[in-house]
Amino acid sequence: MINLLVPMATGNRALTIGLFLVVVALTLGITFWASRQNKTTADYYAGGRSFTGFQNGLAIGGDYMSAASFLGISGSIALYGYDGFLYSIGFLVAWLVALLLVAELLRNSGRYTMADQLAYRMRQTPVRSAAASSTIVVSIFYLLAQMVGAGSLVGLLLGVTSPGLKNLVIVGVGVLMIIYVTFGGMKGTTWVQIVKAVLLMIGTLLITVLVLAKFGFNLSELLGAAAEKSGKGAAFLEPGQLYGKDLVGKFDFLSLGLALVLGTAGLPHILIRFYTTPTAQAARKSVLWAIGLIGSFYLMTLVLGFGAAALVDTSKGSEVATSSGNAASPLLAQAVGGGEGTLGGAILLAAISAVAFATILAVVAGLTLTSASSVAHDLYASVFKKGQASEKSELIVVRIAAFAIGAVAIALAIPAQRLNIAFLVALAFAVAASANLPALIFNLFWRRFNTLGATCSIYGGLICAVVLVIFSPVGSGTATSLAPGMDFAWFPLRNPGLVSIPFGFLCGIVGTLISKDTSSQLRYDELSVRSLTGAGAEKATVH
Amino acid sequence: MARSKPGARNARRNAQAAGRAQHQADVYTRMAGEEGFLELKRRYQRFAFPATIAFMVWYITYVICNNWARDFMRTPVIGNINVAVVFGLLQFASTFAIAFFYARHAGKALDPLAEKLRLDFEKETGQ
Repeated sequence: MINLLVPMATGNRALTIGLFLVVVALTLGITFWASRQNKTTADYYAGGRSFTGFQNGLAIGGDYMSAASFLGISGSIALYGYDGFLYSIGFLVAWLVALLLVAELLRNSGRYTMADQLAYRMRQTPVRSAAASSTIVVSIFYLLAQMVGAGSLVGLLLGVTSPGLKNLVIVGVGVLMIIYVTFGGMKGTTWVQIVKAVLLMIGTLLITVLVLAKFGFNLSELLGAAAEKSGKGAAFLEPGQLYGKDLVGKFDFLSLGLALVLGTAGLPHILIRFYTTPTAQAARKSVLWAIGLIGSFYLMTLVLGFGAAALVDTSKGSEVATSSGNAASPLLAQAVGGGEGTLGGAILLAAISAVAFATILAVVAGLTLTSASSVAHDLYASVFKKGQASEKSELIVVRIAAFAIGAVAIALAIPAQRLNIAFLVALAFAVAASANLPALIFNLFWRRFNTLGATCSIYGGLICAVVLVIFSPVGSGTATSLAPGMDFAWFPLRNPGLVSIPFGFLCGIVGTLISKDTSSQLRYDELSVRSLTGAGAEKATVH
Repeated sequence: MARSKPGARNARRNAQAAGRAQHQADVYTRMAGEEGFLELKRRYQRFAFPATIAFMVWYITYVICNNWARDFMRTPVIGNINVAVVFGLLQFASTFAIAFFYARHAGKALDPLAEKLRLDFEKETGQ
């Protein structure tokens, strides 16, 4: 997301560091409190299924609203106007897929991981291996993007420029996330996400109100000021500044739009959040709260983005422009707090920086927990031990896995800083939409669907998405590609969704039809009854 | 002799568990064909499927307009607010509205029936 790093020359660094330490102390406190309550696998993986709909709704918001959406979307609006807003619309509308088709049914028919639901009526080993692969790939892609972003963002927020210190920041974030996940499990991670969501909403609301107050709470005036200051006039408020400049660009945007709207309901770290509520009704309530929170948050980022365009210097060479927009929200906070050099400005800048830091921590913790759960529950307990693993050994393995995944993420994130890895988030959504969503939807609604269909759709969607990205301009052929010196790109779109999503669904259909296996149909009735009524569904643990 | 006793107990316990699982599976299968469950499924699908198609079409229309109907999108509405901004805000409004109506539908038409079926199941399987 950010390659260049310009220190934030203004603001009070001691204050910012102080608030960062408060965030760290608070989240570690939560983790150690939660660690004493992790007795069973249901506690560790699903927080004892004891979170209310409202609590889980906040946690979903905390899991979903990443630093990329907090700083990235508002920054993108500040630089490109209307087009910056388009990401947030896809991110929000996507929740209807989760609400209408996935959340409640998944809550009733799974236990701890996405694979639980897919393997319900299939042969365990192949389906769990496939689901675990895509869970781990999606989560690691997403995690890497967050970690590299964290290095740059914390560097930006603290004014750290040296590469050594940035590496230290990545290691620090990685160590924190390992501690949250190994000790706190789902309960600790959930509370970290709840705290972050509350901080994020308060911080964003405060800045939004201050910005709107400057324009007499008149949206038209804000837009007019932003358009004028941007130097682009009315075009700043119209589509076309960032996406769809030529025909390939237009299809690329369509592809991105599809991946965003269909990906959310296939993101494993979102799916496992539905297991933390006691009932399907509570899972539904949590999605409703999440839609309310995420929707109002994105509406506020609209104000933040146009506010930054109107009130902060976003011209070429400015701090906002060189940080690809990530500095827009913090600098806007400083501006509405009274401006550079004032106490109010310094306090708001530090506060918004601390919120962004909390955001990073909460999201990476959720991703690490998701991958570790899948390694321990799907690969170790089901595939390797054939379901004969003791609860105790599973709880040990999940912690080792969290530690290993954290270490791998740190090791990969440090060299990946030199690369432009902004595409990784979009790729994670594309894989989730191409590999996971077809399998989930077919499993719930198509009686004939079977083991071969499930493995084909998962591997087919996963491989198709990844291969297309490698052979796209993201992989090679342009100055910002992963392999800038070479050109083996034959797929024109940067986002594979337009091809890989239909391909994933097609693989599921073809795989199902060429297999004569009908054993999966035997338990389809059971799955339907259980998922819609909750009969026989996992219950909350009682301490 | 000393070893066969717990072995026999285990075998008995396993047989009981298998019997219970079989009974449970039978109840599921029977319920799936009964009117109560079929009605629940109809009520769920009657809302979820058309609503999904509707919001997907509505969202893709929006994406397509951003690409291929830019003249329409830049039409002014009020002050500096143009059709593009209104269309984007309407995507928020429609998302909130569908979520609201689904919650109402589920609370009225799905939850009471699902609860009744779940209690029937638990009574019969002794859970």
